[in-house]
Amino acid sequence: MSQVLIREVFPVAAGAYETAGEASAAIKRKLKQLGVDSGVLRRVSVASYEVELNLVIHSMGGTLTLTVDPQQVTLCSKDVGPGIPDIDKAMTEGYSTANEEARSLGFGAGMGLPNMKRNASTFEIQSQAGVGTSITMGFRLDGK
Amino acid sequence: METEKKRFHSVRLEKDKCRGCTNCLKRCPTEAIRVRGGRAHIIDERCIDCGECIRVCDYHAKVAVTDPLSSISRFKYKIALPAPSLYGQFKSLRHIAQVLTGLKHMGFDDVFEVARGADVVTRAIREKLRQPGMPRPLISAACPAIVRLIQVRFPDLIEHIVDVRQPMEAAALIARHEFCRKHNVAPEEVGCFFITPCPAKVTAIRTPIGHETSAVDGAISVLEIYGLLSSHTRSHTMDESLLTATSYGIGWANSGGEAVAVCPENSMAVDGIENVIRVLEEVENNKLSDLTFLECSACTGGCVGGPLNFENNYVARSSIRRLVEDRERTHPEEQVDVSLLTKYPLSSPKPILPNSAMQLDDDIVEAMRKMERIEEIYKRLPGYDCGSCGSPTCRTFAEDIVRGYAREMDCIHILKEQLKIMAQQMVSLAQNTRE
Repeated sequence: MSQVLIREVFPVAAGAYETAGEASAAIKRKLKQLGVDSGVLRRVSVASYEVELNLVIHSMGGTLTLTVDPQQVTLCSKDVGPGIPDIDKAMTEGYSTANEEARSLGFGAGMGLPNMKRNASTFEIQSQAGVGTSITMGFRLDGK
Repeated sequence: METEKKRFHSVRLEKDKCRGCTNCLKRCPTEAIRVRGGRAHIIDERCIDCGECIRVCDYHAKVAVTDPLSSISRFKYKIALPAPSLYGQFKSLRHIAQVLTGLKHMGFDDVFEVARGADVVTRAIREKLRQPGMPRPLISAACPAIVRLIQVRFPDLIEHIVDVRQPMEAAALIARHEFCRKHNVAPEEVGCFFITPCPAKVTAIRTPIGHETSAVDGAISVLEIYGLLSSHTRSHTMDESLLTATSYGIGWANSGGEAVAVCPENSMAVDGIENVIRVLEEVENNKLSDLTFLECSACTGGCVGGPLNFENNYVARSSIRRLVEDRERTHPEEQVDVSLLTKYPLSSPKPILPNSAMQLDDDIVEAMRKMERIEEIYKRLPGYDCGSCGSPTCRTFAEDIVRGYAREMDCIHILKEQLKIMAQQMVSLAQNTRE
């Protein structure tokens, strides 16, 4: 018997502030229906919203993929550019390259990536300037 | 899941009046209503007694069960606990004491303002806000429909709910104690009756969250006493000494009143259950972590918007503002003695538990299997969200099929498609057998 798996791909358009947050809202709804522990749920909520907003603000468009297996929730964000030239710098708290529009909407505090890393059990980021960025976050359902 | 023997709900359906339309179905914030056999049904586990369905039902088939005024005779001594929103129900009222005096003439031995309870609760919450390590924002526990909404739809925010009992509970505790001491009577002889603007409070009295029993003995709706009280407010000389609450406590009747009293520096107030849901989503996303206190009311305008009130909520709101205008602006922090906070049990001894009514299954693997099937079925549905099947949306319909409460043919659009195919088959069958 194959392992039960929930997988859903959410496309996220660049600059689409009007729909920003819809993917993470759908993800939350699913996890609540699955009965995921409240603590884990909260961490996924925070990280999924941050990663979705990153796609809206910084990327040229991409996808957010939710995968759930009986052990963990995995969020995977992939975009088609522009890529992060210096990942270490991008991971620094308070560092942001958000534009004026994003800042005027209250984003760009430079806490996005650090918040994701803090909330996830595992965090991987790969990026190539001019190509794109992929982020994979794992959230163990036992909360570890 | 919560293991209450039988869930009590104030909100009920009057079957004979129900026409099986989709008004309540579409508006229920917890998707707790289904139409089956031409009548609405309320799913007990999901209902939060917010009263939205009472408000939107054109046929008055949704009602709130409250206690009749005659029920006060169960007790030798009766105390009325008027919600501050009651003061906004009378257009020509000049002074709040007219309402309080009127209540005494209706058969109550004493009146204790819930606004005074709100003063005490204000002080208690302010103390909580000073404690280190509190989640941000702390969410008000004053609206019981919101507390239940959080249990059902936002279980991850339960820890944000401030652990202080509602003003009506504080009022009942203090009222009973003071009355017994003053008149030297036993507590069992004293009945405390809340004059309620909403069904959620009725449910909160019968099946409290966070504590075993309520200090309130019954709830009489504003509508029930409105006519009688209205005439009593005009016909007597008033006793001004009955009014002791601060203008802040009275202000709790309106949306924003609690926030201003509790934390004017850094709070926000949201009213209307759909708005509350949107803001709670933001709290989940950590977007409001700079905020200290969040007031949420299920009803538009706050308690003045309760479905059991008489007056339009905007009119009531401005009436209350007018009535407190010339009252001295003493803050509850100066008025309420800090010793009251330890004298009465204002915190909850029982934790607030999540309500798993939205969960597909207790076992996550089984829940995942069900979710896969829901997605499969959902893809075949038209996505009109018309409600004709009796479920509020196509998605909930797919869920209902998987939970075993509906069949795919309950969707009239799928049925139509099937009939079309069958008709075509019949035609070709007839043609093939002609010779």
